[in-house]
Amino acid sequence: MNVIQVLFWILSAMALVSALMVLLSKNPVHSVLWLVAVFFAISGHYILLNAQFIAIVNLIVYAGAIMVLFLFVIMLMNLNKDTEPQKNIWMKLAGAISAGCLLMILVSLIKQAPELQAKTAMMNEGGIGLIANLGKALFNTYVVPFEISSILFLSAMVGAVVIGKKD
Amino acid sequence: MLNTISFEAIKTAVQQWLNMHWGPHLAFIAECILIGLLVIVFFAVLGLLLVFMERKVSAVMQIRLGPNRVGPKGWLQTSADTLKLMLKEGLTPDGADKFLFNLAPFLIMIAAMLIMVPIAFARNFQIWDINIGVLYISSIASISVIAILMAGWSSNNKYALLGAMRSGAQIISYELSAGVAVITMVMLTQSLSIQDIILSQQNGWWIFKGHIPAIIAFIIFMIAATAETNRAPFDLAEAESELTAGFHTEYSGMKFALFFLAEYINVFIVCAVAAILFFGGWMPFHIGNWEGFNHIMDYIPSSIWFLGKTFCLIFLIMWFRWTFPRLRIDQLLNLEWKYLLPISLANLLLMTIIVVLKWYL
Repeated sequence: MNVIQVLFWILSAMALVSALMVLLSKNPVHSVLWLVAVFFAISGHYILLNAQFIAIVNLIVYAGAIMVLFLFVIMLMNLNKDTEPQKNIWMKLAGAISAGCLLMILVSLIKQAPELQAKTAMMNEGGIGLIANLGKALFNTYVVPFEISSILFLSAMVGAVVIGKKD
Repeated sequence: MLNTISFEAIKTAVQQWLNMHWGPHLAFIAECILIGLLVIVFFAVLGLLLVFMERKVSAVMQIRLGPNRVGPKGWLQTSADTLKLMLKEGLTPDGADKFLFNLAPFLIMIAAMLIMVPIAFARNFQIWDINIGVLYISSIASISVIAILMAGWSSNNKYALLGAMRSGAQIISYELSAGVAVITMVMLTQSLSIQDIILSQQNGWWIFKGHIPAIIAFIIFMIAATAETNRAPFDLAEAESELTAGFHTEYSGMKFALFFLAEYINVFIVCAVAAILFFGGWMPFHIGNWEGFNHIMDYIPSSIWFLGKTFCLIFLIMWFRWTFPRLRIDQLLNLEWKYLLPISLANLLLMTIIVVLKWYL
């Protein structure tokens, strides 16, 4: 077992434990903070795959921006034990069963996929996650979808400004 | 030979000695521990120095003497203050979320320490020249918002929460224009790695070579940096007269000291980044073909160049603090969203045109 494998297991354990804690913690603020920990672990995986740019963008966008907005909203909502709605036990059961079905389908799909069998991830090599290669791919091969998604972002920004106006 | 005793030489000597005596694995671990110790010592010294500098600068601005009793000319004042803070009890309020309350000051220090990784202190003296250095710095800087929100919320105090909210809104919005200013300079350097950015300024710093867009980017970066470090005139997050002390109202003793230290470390870091991007990091000052002048400049060690530039910029930020009155929250957000962000976007476009047409030197 070399260093990369040890790191992989540590990061995977971190990601899974943190993801479980997102679901299990009673306090929504704790859930958000555990989710930040999940993003850190996943960024660690990206760095193992030599995709430093994606790792950092994952941190900037998810941990730095989106999770901070989540924290803002949840902290200002003043959630505590008294205001937490009591859910029906049958609703909980139905939710657990349907989510379990989805998980089983995903696992069986991955087990059947021929592309994934007997393949290991390229650790510490492969340059597609580096900023120069990624930029070239985005602006040559995928330039139309890239521009369309930028228009989507622009319209979202305009929409936010319109909603934010007082009158 | 120039610079026989330099940080680079010391680093190479230590590396060789460790590899010779201990083998590669143990040497690597020992280097990690050494770097960790160096960063901690550097932080402690920097904290003491910057707090002292702030008090002396404010004294000069207000025509006072400043601290002058403890030690020669008051040099030991901040050490005495630190000793006092260490001896004080670190209280945890009853209604606080104990774990998060105690975690927040450490998290903010960890974020500040992580930013040290790609910063080059001297020629070839850098912890890790990560190939996305500039982006790395801005990503870790955005993590410190989480620590501030954590501190404000877990204190279970309305002033702390309000301070944290203000601070979060402020840091997120000013990060945009700081980021765009950095990208403007990255257009010129064509690389995100700190080493490449410094080496691209061998024949002149970008502030001189980059024409007007570089100067506009520098001004915007300094304004955004002042706001991101929560310092006056943008210190709404800890506006003493309105919010007692903002997000760290409930902290005392060493936990308070960590927040205080992190503020000064962040000031150092943003100034170091500005020095690297606009003033060539450790590159000495050269004028065209004046061989003699350039040689004299080369004799000054690269670490002195880097620290000198950084401390000049730190002085500038302290000067802001003791000159301008505090902004209101609506003025602060208007300044960012209605003026700084459009100006920096237009500036980015201008810089793109200059780079595409190769109008820079």
